[in-house]
Amino acid sequence: MKNSLKVLRAQRDWTQAELAAAVDVSRQTINAIEKGKFDPSLPLAFRFARLFETTIEEIFEDRST
Amino acid sequence: MNKVDAESDGWAKLQGRNTKNLRIWTGAWLVSLALANFGPKFLWDHHSSLSLSSIVVNVALGIGMIVANGRLLNGLDEMQRQIQIEAMAVALGVGLVFGLAYSTLDVVNLISFDAEISHLVMLVAVVFMVTVALGLRRVR
Repeated sequence: MKNSLKVLRAQRDWTQAELAAAVDVSRQTINAIEKGKFDPSLPLAFRFARLFETTIEEIFEDRST
Repeated sequence: MNKVDAESDGWAKLQGRNTKNLRIWTGAWLVSLALANFGPKFLWDHHSSLSLSSIVVNVALGIGMIVANGRLLNGLDEMQRQIQIEAMAVALGVGLVFGLAYSTLDVVNLISFDAEISHLVMLVAVVFMVTVALGLRRVR
């Protein structure tokens, strides 16, 4: 799954550790999600959406579409 | 991000506390296991009630260790938990398949020594650690 987490994070000048802190996961998990190596669960995707005040679809994009 | 940092600090502290708890329970369980194994010979001259008591204490501490491990697992984030659960599944499978094959080798006398349970425990531990390391490497 492709995502724009890195861009959204950079726009706010947050580090991976700060983003991880905001959604209660480890920095390694943020790194893996940004690189597309781990797909987050729906609850975690909602936490990202709430944090960035946008929709899940704006952050995550299915590679097959 | 101050509020966020404070929340994260709580989450990180919880993980640290869970890890410390598991370390304490595991240490206590190992000490009690050694006591149950060597105590009868070196400490209480095979007194059966003391031997039984040491085994009961060992099992009780083992249950505490299992609970502490469960708490640690529940405190991990979803990626860490997935890596741990996958490693546990592989370790369980390898332990079952190779453990029974190893036992069969002993039963049909294809090996000259006894198939010890400690060999199986070591195999499961090594497989678990290697699988966790591979899982972490996969998502790096």
